[in-house]
Amino acid sequence: MNVVPYAVAVWLLAVGVYGVVTSRHLVHLVLCLAVAQASTYVLLLAIGYRTPGRAPIFFDIPPGTPVVDPVVQALTLTDVVVEATVTAVLLALAVQAHRRFGTADPDRLGELRG
Amino acid sequence: MTTAVLSVFVPLGAACALAALAPFTRRRAGWTPVVVMAATAALLAVTLARPGPRLDFVFGGWAPRVGVVFAIDGIGGGLALFVAVLGVVALAVAARTIVVESLAFDALMLVFIGAMIGFCLTGDLFNLFVFFELMGVAAYVLVAYEVRRRAALEGALTFAVTNTVGSILLLFGIALLYGHTGALNLAQIGRAVGPDPATPVRVAFALLACGLLVKAAVVPFHLWTADAYAVAPTPVCILLAGAFSELGLYGLARVYWTVFDGALDVRAVLLVAGLLTAVVGAVMCAVQHHLKRMLAFATIAQVGLFLTGLGLTTAGGVAGTALWVVGDGLVKAGLFACVAILRQRFGDVEAADLHGRGPRGVGVVFVVGALAIASLPPSGPFLAKAVLEDAALAAGYPWLPAALLVVTGVVGGTLLRVAAQVFWGLGAPPPHDPAGEEPRDETARESERGGAGLLPVLAGALMAAGVAWGLVPGLRTAAGRAAAVFTDRHGYAAAVLGGRAPHVAPVELAPPGATAYLYAAGSLALALAVAAVGLWRGRHAPAPVQALRRLHNGRPGDYVAWTVLGAAILAAVFAF
Repeated sequence: MNVVPYAVAVWLLAVGVYGVVTSRHLVHLVLCLAVAQASTYVLLLAIGYRTPGRAPIFFDIPPGTPVVDPVVQALTLTDVVVEATVTAVLLALAVQAHRRFGTADPDRLGELRG
Repeated sequence: MTTAVLSVFVPLGAACALAALAPFTRRRAGWTPVVVMAATAALLAVTLARPGPRLDFVFGGWAPRVGVVFAIDGIGGGLALFVAVLGVVALAVAARTIVVESLAFDALMLVFIGAMIGFCLTGDLFNLFVFFELMGVAAYVLVAYEVRRRAALEGALTFAVTNTVGSILLLFGIALLYGHTGALNLAQIGRAVGPDPATPVRVAFALLACGLLVKAAVVPFHLWTADAYAVAPTPVCILLAGAFSELGLYGLARVYWTVFDGALDVRAVLLVAGLLTAVVGAVMCAVQHHLKRMLAFATIAQVGLFLTGLGLTTAGGVAGTALWVVGDGLVKAGLFACVAILRQRFGDVEAADLHGRGPRGVGVVFVVGALAIASLPPSGPFLAKAVLEDAALAAGYPWLPAALLVVTGVVGGTLLRVAAQVFWGLGAPPPHDPAGEEPRDETARESERGGAGLLPVLAGALMAAGVAWGLVPGLRTAAGRAAAVFTDRHGYAAAVLGGRAPHVAPVELAPPGATAYLYAAGSLALALAVAAVGLWRGRHAPAPVQALRRLHNGRPGDYVAWTVLGAAILAAVFAF
């Protein structure tokens, strides 16, 4: 088992969340969240990878050839779609915040307290 | 297709049709979504008529261990039916109060409810995640529906950011679990996880729990909740406070009892987290003057109590919690309907502005709700609390009933206090709450209007249902059976993978005894005391409470930091 992809996944999660916590701009915040989401893609693909494996399409390769796990690829694809939706909603909210209230700083937007 | 599958496809399909029509018309869908949801509820009732647990449907004709499955049992199916019934109520309120001219609102509501139903019925971990995200995304947009208001935008943002971080943690947990067991079917994962699981599996449970507890609004993952619930349109609030938070707990319980029961000891962690949540929710509730924020913190306190019920990890605890979720959901929906009446009449839900102006008829309904939350016999919450008290004693936690008494007393008392202020003008007018300030000119173009005749009837009916829930014949037997089936890990696996319905001895739930009435009396007395103190004293909250309030500061970055801290604690506790 190669440790590098798992380390990359944890690193992406850590820097993404750090960016979200310290962000001063909504677009920056949404993109940091997208970086954190990317960690899940790397993790899923790493879990399904087999070292000499090929793409799991049995069209031009004989049965029994080692292939990577197709399930995690399906999961990653679903995950990409889901997270793209979330990013789109969040960016739409950021645009609304800037257009209506003239600020994209989450700290200056604040109205609810306590 | 089975009725269970149809009950997810009917609302989602109707939502697609409405969304496709939305660009071509400026009219609302009227009563169509209500009819769709009533049909869905009927489908779920038919589904529940055949008792489970059972494998209901495998999508795409695969074998159960490969394909995505729906698996039905009394708890999951019952919760789905409850969601559908609340959905009918919420859509009826929406049909009469939301005047924004677009089909998109109805489509989003149907997606939201359909995803919640699917979440209850699925037997596949990744499918659970997809429904989790689907209901999340629909909820973010619905909360931001009054986007012209600054608070609505901010509430939706913190909601979306915090919950997305939660969903990333959840997916991390799912990936770890899949990597270790090679399965996504809950029953199959359960067979692969042994009695003393390896560290990655333990961490996977911690991460799964974090993702689901963010949704359930458990401390320290709860900070987004009040911001979002306070700004959502009332029909959305009914669903959020009545079912959305509870679904997070349901997901956790489902994963625990299909995979980790007997493998991990979660009792201490869940009890501590539940108590902390209940106390924080009750204290924060007591210092609010904005009605929707107050109800949001009441929901958080209630979720904490539910978590202690599940944390007993016994069938009795599950039965009590399930009964309480429904009883509390009905009462909470009734309270939100009362708030909706105030909102459409005065354009505002702050106690300071409404002092003594609320109509007394609505006030009576509100007071009944407050007393039911403080476990007034024979209401649904009273019956559920009595069952939970017995379960706590049987599990060896004699202090838990006292904790339930204090929390329900404080929350119920706070609601009584605000009812006395708003509907009868008792006590001095409360201070203006900086948390709930809304610029006047923006509330003037309110999106909730109309429905003057329907809402009071609905509020009264919901409250009556919440009280009558404690009197439904045969309810204890059904709950005892469903809970025994729900907590039987091997029976679930056998039913889903082998197609055999196992025989489980149902837990016997005793009717409420003398002690239950004593506890209820204590809770009601405490509620009256809290209301009196809140009315005639207690202008200023003590310093620790002020500090606690300052933590709820509306900054998404801070909320995410707390989420990460909670995740780190949970991961550390379960890994070592």
